Amino acid sequence: MSTAVPPTIVPPSADPVRRRRARPGSTLWRYLVVRFFLIFPTVFILVTMVFFLMRITGDPLTVALGGKLPPDQLAERIHAAGYDRPITVQYLEFLGQVFTGNFGKSITDGQSISTLLISHGTATLELAFYALIVAFIVGIPLGMVAAYFRDRWPDAVLRVFAILAYATPVFFAGLLLKLVFSVWLKVLPVAGRASTRTEINLHSLHHSTGIYLIDAFQTGDPANVADVLSHAVLPGLALGLLTAGIFLRLVRTNVIGTLSRDYVDAARSRGVNEFRLVRKHALKPALIPIITVIGLQIAVLLGGAVLTETTFEWKGLGFELAYYLSKRDFVAVQGIVALLAVIVALTNFIVDIVAALIDPRVRY
Amino acid sequence: MSDVVEIRELEVTFATDGGDVVAVDKVSLSVTAGEVLAIVGESGSGKTVTAKAILGLLPETAVTRGAIVLNGTDIVGLTGARLRAIRGVDVAMVFQEPSLALNPVYTVGWQIAEGLRAHGTSTRREARARAIDMLGRVGIPEPEKRVDYYPHQFSGGQKQRVVIAMALVLDPELIVADEPTTALDVTVQAEILDLLRRCRDEFGTAIILITHNMGIVADLADRVAVMYQGTIVEDGAAVDLFARAQHPYTQKLLAAVPRLGAGAARAVARAKERSATSSAPVVSAHDLRIEYPGRIGVKPFVAVDGVSFTISPGEVLGLVGESGSGKTTIGRAIGGLTRITGGSLEVFGHEMLGVKERSFRPARNQIGFVFQDPASSFNPLLTIAECVAEPLIVHGRAADPRAARPRVNDLLEAVQLPRAYGDRFPHELSGGQRQRASLARSLALEPSLLIADEPTSALDVSVQARVLELFAELQKEFGFAALFISHDLAVVDMLADRIAVMYQGKLVEEGTGAQVLGNPRDPYTQRLLASLPVPDPAEQAVRRERLRSLREADHP
Amino acid sequence: MVTSIPTVAPRGTTWWRKLPVVHQLRQSVGLQRGMLVTGLVITGFFIVVALFAAVIAPYGFNELRNAEGLFGSQQPPSAQHLLGTTAGGYDVLSRVIWGTQTAFEVIIVALLLSFFVGVFLGLVSGYIGGWLDRVLIVIADAVYAFPSLLLAIVAAIVISGGQSSLWGGVFAAAISITAVFIPQYFRVIRAETIRIKAEPYVESAKVIGASNGRIMFRHVLRNATRTLPLIVTLNSSEAILTLAGLGFLGFGIEPTSAAEWGYDLNKSVSDVTSGIWWTSVFPGLAIVLVVLGVTLVGESLNDLADPRLRTRRKADVAPSTTAESSVVPDGSLDEVAHIDELET
Repeated sequence: MSTAVPPTIVPPSADPVRRRRARPGSTLWRYLVVRFFLIFPTVFILVTMVFFLMRITGDPLTVALGGKLPPDQLAERIHAAGYDRPITVQYLEFLGQVFTGNFGKSITDGQSISTLLISHGTATLELAFYALIVAFIVGIPLGMVAAYFRDRWPDAVLRVFAILAYATPVFFAGLLLKLVFSVWLKVLPVAGRASTRTEINLHSLHHSTGIYLIDAFQTGDPANVADVLSHAVLPGLALGLLTAGIFLRLVRTNVIGTLSRDYVDAARSRGVNEFRLVRKHALKPALIPIITVIGLQIAVLLGGAVLTETTFEWKGLGFELAYYLSKRDFVAVQGIVALLAVIVALTNFIVDIVAALIDPRVRY
Repeated sequence: MSDVVEIRELEVTFATDGGDVVAVDKVSLSVTAGEVLAIVGESGSGKTVTAKAILGLLPETAVTRGAIVLNGTDIVGLTGARLRAIRGVDVAMVFQEPSLALNPVYTVGWQIAEGLRAHGTSTRREARARAIDMLGRVGIPEPEKRVDYYPHQFSGGQKQRVVIAMALVLDPELIVADEPTTALDVTVQAEILDLLRRCRDEFGTAIILITHNMGIVADLADRVAVMYQGTIVEDGAAVDLFARAQHPYTQKLLAAVPRLGAGAARAVARAKERSATSSAPVVSAHDLRIEYPGRIGVKPFVAVDGVSFTISPGEVLGLVGESGSGKTTIGRAIGGLTRITGGSLEVFGHEMLGVKERSFRPARNQIGFVFQDPASSFNPLLTIAECVAEPLIVHGRAADPRAARPRVNDLLEAVQLPRAYGDRFPHELSGGQRQRASLARSLALEPSLLIADEPTSALDVSVQARVLELFAELQKEFGFAALFISHDLAVVDMLADRIAVMYQGKLVEEGTGAQVLGNPRDPYTQRLLASLPVPDPAEQAVRRERLRSLREADHP
Repeated sequence: MVTSIPTVAPRGTTWWRKLPVVHQLRQSVGLQRGMLVTGLVITGFFIVVALFAAVIAPYGFNELRNAEGLFGSQQPPSAQHLLGTTAGGYDVLSRVIWGTQTAFEVIIVALLLSFFVGVFLGLVSGYIGGWLDRVLIVIADAVYAFPSLLLAIVAAIVISGGQSSLWGGVFAAAISITAVFIPQYFRVIRAETIRIKAEPYVESAKVIGASNGRIMFRHVLRNATRTLPLIVTLNSSEAILTLAGLGFLGFGIEPTSAAEWGYDLNKSVSDVTSGIWWTSVFPGLAIVLVVLGVTLVGESLNDLADPRLRTRRKADVAPSTTAESSVVPDGSLDEVAHIDELET
């Protein structure tokens, strides 16, 4: 992202005199501020694009209910909802909604979209969290191992694993896992976030967070925790392995890249052993590009979440999105997509900041 | 005599796409304690490969044979822990590019301590104390504070000092320094060479110095080995070698080194010829100022600050300065590649302040430009003939490359390239050949002004000599005016009628070669001149003393 | 392309050795060659299947019956139906084979569309710069950061009106995927253009007085597009996955107009719960294999293009007693000497 890359990736031609003149820390603050304001155009562009693209197909009511209601009733509802006003007015109103987080009600089932975003957003967050754990635990160490053994058999095995993890669509991975563990071996539940009994327990909590794992701990009943975790294994693996494959390739390529640098040779020339060269000297400089790219993978993760949730009937944003899409309820779709846009922009911001913090050239 | 290292019949073979290449062929060498051995050679001579072989740092595509005996251990064939035990303790390395040899995300203190840690000799506290001590000894001010700095907080010369500290920390008996000053400016180079001399004198370390620069050899080396195409052609004491070179290659190499003061006589003769015709200058700058805009909130960087000069028709102006002095920016501004932000710059009567590309374009056929890097100044997908024909086609002198070919052939002949080379692609030519083709392209329209931006700095000495000679011949034949930009005073002296010296965006001194080199008035010019090592050990020792007294005068 | 392409390599080598994939194949050694060859074989196999789907497939993609009557739904694999039948009563093997054709059709249309639009925009934006560039890059960055599948869905809704397919499923799907890829090509070409713009050979063209158009098309364009074969391969695999994702969510191609793996997988979700595996496993495996093949090719090309990642053959060690390979402890795995490589 040319706009979102830490300033160090700017060609090193930047004059040394000028760099030395900058006061310590000032570069970082300037970068933070500039980077923060870049969130807004990103969200704005995405939201605008989605709004107008959806409207090309007509007003949401006609799309959702056309043919199901008599024309006069439909016209009445269109008028009541304000869809006969000029598109610019509606657009401004929509921007206001995005800003205040109040998206009105869905067309097909009259649910408050904001409530829906909150309740289902937490579910997606939880799934993404499980997947990221799998991805980090599997992807990053294995990427280092592959780089260490580059072009020997462990590397070959790991690379094929990474490509397979990427080549398998999450929904197919999900179906296979289900088939093996739920249907044939019958060790793990088929779908859902928890069994009905546990869900009742969780919802009766006074301070329900919406994140089942936390809620299950709150109940103090190990059976609830076990139930929630057993439901999380398969979706977490399906989505996590996809992301792990991407991380593995990313770490491998970047670490191999830094391993060929002079400073690694310099450390080698002083007797530092090969494993430490990978773990210390090559990994940390490689982390800066890795983290930037990981930020971009959030998009892949969210796209994958839509498919995973559909496969496992995991009642999150993706599951709802697929549902409302099939109902052609574009008011609800708009709301969900707008929230996803905000999440993407925010995570990218955070990731860029982390990358900048790792890089001493930005910090000082 | 106790040999620190003895290399016997070393042979290194690389696998490449074009088959196996023998990079080092039966090389035998030895270095005794406290001795500086310089291995001299041009690119491809195998000198760097030899250096890396001593530390076992060659890539996996290389196969090494022979023996490298370090303190009684043959390291050829050693792997794993046994090789690591030797690295850093018996032999350490100083790299060419200090900014690449330091890890950007760790503090220099951590990196210096890393060598100690690898050999498990000291605690964290001891390692840190040792790092601070080492930094102080290599001449880093305030080492207690700077030990926690990151590499980017040091200047280029300081970075090289840190790299040397990293090499010295385990007290090795031998340091292999691979072109340790090539990436540095000449004034900084003198300081680093002093430091290396101190390593030998104070620490008693033997040094293998890899270099292509005969001046550096004369400055530092006790003994010299000359490498050519993988073999050692001559080996002997430095004093003897410079006085009585035996091998023809060594003689040729020494003859190719540009020497200060050689151009003065020629310039006088040329000035006589020219004074008959005096006309309007082709370029005149008055109070020229060029700024590069900063990012939001950063002050713009002033690259050129109030510079005035003129270039008369047929005159060669040499522009000298170190990196960041603004010399290249001036060349680019005359070529219309960089906008000027203040003062006045007239090129063939066009005022460049606020000039429109459209109105300047007609003047472009009077300007030729030769770039620094011959590797990237040709479109890799076009043949040499197509590249040379470009200016002819653009200015409507030929319809297509085919129609331009006769003229292209003439041009190639003028720069002494065979016609058939026109059908080759740029990557199939050597650096020197490409730079000659670049001259041919810049001369295609018979320009009245040629701008040459460090045209020989990427070339080997012997190749550089031929290109410079060619440049002088062509200049005589075509009579163009030229702006010759270089960091090397000796190179500029060979060609220029007048020399201008730039320092930090300002023009500090201007005059004929005799004036500027014979009797420099500006302290910076004096220092620059004194820093330039000359290929003669005796004379260089005298110059070194002069530089020391100059420096002491600067900082009493 | 504006100029005559110098495909004929100078002196000695035949022209086909310079072709993108062939050239890299000859360059590669050891494991990397193994990966590239495997990838090429898998991809080649599926291309053949796609081309001759009509000959290979036992039934049509939308056939429900033959002379002996209806196939019946969810029939397990048998001599009649080697891979069984789906819940909708189609022959699984035939659907998988015809699906290959659909996948390749969609990839080709999508890549062609995004290629031309993305390359043109990237070139202009990168070369001219200024506010146009700034606006375009902010838009492209925003779109690039957004989940590509969601973007494809939105595009699919717009194109097919959210209702019936207007232009035929393949085109609708292809254009949806195009919307995702244009920003990618744009970014790559723009970055390359900006890099090349600062190269001395472009500056030398500028000094000569060449017009912007001439510089852009003669000097920048062809050099900027050198990495494209690689991106095209990597994108093809992404295109297949996006198409499958669209199909799985019900935005793909109707079973009556073409066979599409994602759609079939969608219909098999409920089968899995009841233990019927053949309806999901085979179309799923087809996706995995095609993506695997194409990605292997792309990754190998990527490795070979990057000097840091490329493995080089070790020097041939003449049989001598001391000739232990001193630098690599046990790196003999890919130490195969390729005789055909030595002739160049």
